[in-house]
Amino acid sequence: MAIATNQTILIVGGGISGMTAAIEAAEIGKNVILIEKRPFIGGRVSQIYKYFPKLCFPTCGLEINQKRIKQNSGINILTMSQVASVTGSTGDYEVVIKTSPRYINEKCTACGDCATVATSEIDNEFNYNLNKTKSAYLPYSNAYPQRYVIDESVIKTDEGKKIADSCKVGAVDLSMQESETTLKVASIIWATGWQPFDADKIQPYGHDRFDNVISSVEFERMMDPMGPTSGKLVRPSDGRDAKNVAFVQCAGSRDHNYLKHCSRICCMATLKQTTYITDTYEDGKADIYYIDIRAIDRFEDFYQKIKNKDNVNFIKSKVASITEDKKNKNPVLNGVDTEGYHRYANSYDMVVLAVGMQPAMDTSILPKDITINEHGFMENNDNNGGMFAAGCAADALDVNRSVQSATAAALKAVQVVNSQS
Amino acid sequence: MSDMINQYRNNFLKEVESKVEEGEWVKNCMQCGVCAGSCPLGDAWEHTPQKIFMMIRAGKKQEVLSSDAMWMCTSCYNCIVRCPRELPITHIMHGLAHYAKRLGLAPKNNPTLKFAQIFWNNLTKTGRVNELKVGLSLYFMNGFVEGIKTSLKMQKVGLNMIKNKRFSIAEAWGGHSVKDKSGLHKMLKKAYDLESARVDK
Ligand SMILES: Cc1cc2nc3c(=O)[nH]c(=O)nc-3n(C[C@H](O)[C@H](O)[C@H](O)COP(=O)(O)OP(=O)(O)OC[C@H]3O[C@@H](n4cnc5c(N)ncnc54)[C@H](O)[C@@H]3O)c2cc1C
Repeated sequence: MAIATNQTILIVGGGISGMTAAIEAAEIGKNVILIEKRPFIGGRVSQIYKYFPKLCFPTCGLEINQKRIKQNSGINILTMSQVASVTGSTGDYEVVIKTSPRYINEKCTACGDCATVATSEIDNEFNYNLNKTKSAYLPYSNAYPQRYVIDESVIKTDEGKKIADSCKVGAVDLSMQESETTLKVASIIWATGWQPFDADKIQPYGHDRFDNVISSVEFERMMDPMGPTSGKLVRPSDGRDAKNVAFVQCAGSRDHNYLKHCSRICCMATLKQTTYITDTYEDGKADIYYIDIRAIDRFEDFYQKIKNKDNVNFIKSKVASITEDKKNKNPVLNGVDTEGYHRYANSYDMVVLAVGMQPAMDTSILPKDITINEHGFMENNDNNGGMFAAGCAADALDVNRSVQSATAAALKAVQVVNSQS
Repeated sequence: MSDMINQYRNNFLKEVESKVEEGEWVKNCMQCGVCAGSCPLGDAWEHTPQKIFMMIRAGKKQEVLSSDAMWMCTSCYNCIVRCPRELPITHIMHGLAHYAKRLGLAPKNNPTLKFAQIFWNNLTKTGRVNELKVGLSLYFMNGFVEGIKTSLKMQKVGLNMIKNKRFSIAEAWGGHSVKDKSGLHKMLKKAYDLESARVDK
């Protein structure tokens, strides 16, 4: 690894925002270290099936960025790594980083022999634990770096030995230990992103009780051909086609009981997800229950396009509760609509909760004077010295805006570096 | 700026804000409908809280204050717990009921209102509820014949309550009382005057 100096920019979080900031800073010749706590970079974007507004596949954009990273010798990536502590000030930070063992080194060719001999299974984090994966696994097909991971649980077992023996290139190293690195850097960009609000907490909606109530992030995984249902749009309870689907907006957002802020992207995400249904089934139908539709910025066109469809309906009402029809496991939405005050109890094949975006940043490791707003997002201002927030660490943003925010953060970080020499 | 906002507030909304307990919350309702959908009695009454709040903002004083809605609330608190904006809905509904009663606009012959009045009169007389009298007043609330019928129907319950010392026939003569009855009355009068000063100003 390149030596970190007071000319280096550290980027924490390797989602689309962290990748962008790293590339932008490195392409003008700066030294960048990118750390990511998962075994691969790409963040939540890699778990999305299609992108709004163009409805293309995010793999394409991620691949371009992976290529730019590969071509640039100024970027060093540390996966499975997290910041343990930060001290110092602008231009001169000392950061301690903890790296968990992957048990696989750079020699890995991603041939998959280790996974073939692995017998035990672990929760598949990439698919929000909707299915299992082998204890030796590639997080997902396009993962960068293309390198397997061996789960902690099998290291000291016979299975671990078998996995090690299966590797023909000597990439398995069961003796790896957690390691600690101390870095000197000039500036830090926090691009730690977001996490989905835990749908189980919204008790009246029964995500924890009813099989056919799923969250929007789970729905994205379900549509992926490599996902838990191999891309089939079916009900979790019985595998039947899910043709009549309801979306519940603001599931956890704009609600003092959960997240106070508007997560901003969920309206667009739902409008997009209705096309998953209407594109899959000719007789598919989607109903959207909403307080207001907030198709951010210039996305009003997209909203109008979806609104003009006969098989997508909009019901102005925050759903009061979801119950389950015991006969057929259909979720039933209960509430009163605001346009006419009609009481309803509508039954569906499946319900998608448009869950809110919650900041993922662990603020306890930040120095005290960093500005964190009441929602947990890091606000950029002069008090933060040489530290900048990018993407969803700064606010609930879509990819387009995350990338803009990351580019701005990179420029700020470059200014800090330049003012050092 | 605040002048601008005030232009959008009709007189009835302002009246509710200043005179109804917790009335200042009404403007915060975003009409999402969770209270209406969460009310276990929601389809039994004329107007749900969501509707009442919209009617207030539309200036419909007569319709709001003569509605039976506020009198049907059982204080289960489902609406308060679920309201995404933390409006104290149950309390606002009770505040509206109280205000309607004060102005004489509350629906006539509403059983909840009648019972509330009987209970209040009974309680404030001695500072203790006289179970016997409350019970009998309630039975005879809708006339003599109705009262006899209900009394006969409830006979067994009444006898069991006497047996278990839940109430005593002796209550018919005066009944038990707090020690300082005149002190209690002074206190209630003062509270009433304070409340009137606020509402009638
Ligand atoms: C259901 C849904 C659908 C969506 N669909 C779209 C869409 O179609 N189009 C669109 O433009 N946007 C969409 N979005 C929004 C999109 O997901 C975000 O804009 C994007 O993920 C933001 O990227 P990010 O890099 O800021 O955050 P993230 O993707 O969350 O990346 C952050 C990275 O930081 C890592 N990290 C976190 N903490 C640490 C730490 N302490 N140390 C090291 N690493 C850390 C994480 O592991 C992660 O890899 C959707 C969102 C949802 C909820």
